[in-house]
Amino acid sequence: MRIVFYLNQFFGGLGSEEAAGMTPVVKDSAVGPGRLMEQVMGDDAQVVRTIICGDNYAAENLEELTDRVLREVKEAEADLFFAGPCFEAGRYGVACGALCAAVNDSLGIPVTTGMAVENPGVDLYHQSIHIVDSGAQAAGMRDALEQMAAIALKLAHQEEIGLPKEAGYFPMGILKDGFTEQTSAQRLVAMLHAKTTGEPYRSELPAPTFVPVAAPAPVADLSKSKIAIVTDGGLVPKGNPDQIAHFAATNWGAYDIASSDDLKGDDYEVAHRGYDTRYVEDDPDRLVPVDILRELEEQNVVGELHGQFYSTSGLVNPLANSRRLGREIAQSLKDSGVDAVILTST
Amino acid sequence: MATELEKAGIPVCQVTSVMPVAKMVGSNRIVQGQGIVHVMGDASLPPEEEKELRRKTVLEALEALQTEAGS
Repeated sequence: MRIVFYLNQFFGGLGSEEAAGMTPVVKDSAVGPGRLMEQVMGDDAQVVRTIICGDNYAAENLEELTDRVLREVKEAEADLFFAGPCFEAGRYGVACGALCAAVNDSLGIPVTTGMAVENPGVDLYHQSIHIVDSGAQAAGMRDALEQMAAIALKLAHQEEIGLPKEAGYFPMGILKDGFTEQTSAQRLVAMLHAKTTGEPYRSELPAPTFVPVAAPAPVADLSKSKIAIVTDGGLVPKGNPDQIAHFAATNWGAYDIASSDDLKGDDYEVAHRGYDTRYVEDDPDRLVPVDILRELEEQNVVGELHGQFYSTSGLVNPLANSRRLGREIAQSLKDSGVDAVILTST
Repeated sequence: MATELEKAGIPVCQVTSVMPVAKMVGSNRIVQGQGIVHVMGDASLPPEEEKELRRKTVLEALEALQTEAGS
């Protein structure tokens, strides 16, 4: 089998953080983890091409990198594409996830990568590709490669991959029907019994987990700070120019308030089907308090009200989706030099 | 949403009427809003009083943004 590998500068042996800006380098042979993969997979497998790229370059030029990788994978007539494993390396994980998803989408070639659960790449791509749980330590390299190989081969031979727990990858959010011997009532009682007697049990529907984030430092001097208003209550200008969905929104909008000191109901509507929106539609300041913040700006209590407010609809949004929206808004806020945010949630 | 903004290093004060959700997702700075249908207002009040209430809520949020938050 012909294999193409993607590695960052570190695992590609071309340097550490100081080399993170390096542009892609292509080699017609196995490098680092690729060599180990050849051992793991045996004689049948050959890494015919390795693309090595700096983490920062990859993060900042993901589109160009993706085009390049697609071209290389195609030219190399690859049967399989591997990226990583990335363990906890966040930029690397995001790049590997994006590249695997693109190769799989555009070329239909089996792909796998590996990451630790904390890697943001898992959040972003676990629903589109098989990501092996590599753990956080690079010492787990061989195990991760074995699982990546096993899944890729099954994909290539169109065999059942098996359950995430068994095959070692992160659940992709796919529900499959299956037969069980016991009804849900029986399973429920058995689970409760196990729980109360201290026996092991496993929930059939794991609850989402939220990793705590340390609070950023407080604002030192409000009178010199730029404050932005963000809302998940779905306030949008009349006509909903960005077509923000009324539930499970996949996008957000930033709307000009630079010349406004009071939002008028006539100019706005609400893209959110989860609450009675009449009160906000009567007076949008009830959700996006431009009137008060403008006054506080004039009184120099706050330095500046950011010239746009950000809006999306937080209704029944899958967590991965909300996180992506949050990340995108965060980037835009940072680019605009915003110091602090008031987030209004319905 | 709040946690993603905070991951980027931007302090956030979330004003909401659904405290349990805000706490569950790990928001660090939370101010109680005036109700789901008008987080920053109260339609049952006369306009001037409502605006005063909104000013109070905004000032509370600004106060939270200037306060060290434990997690």
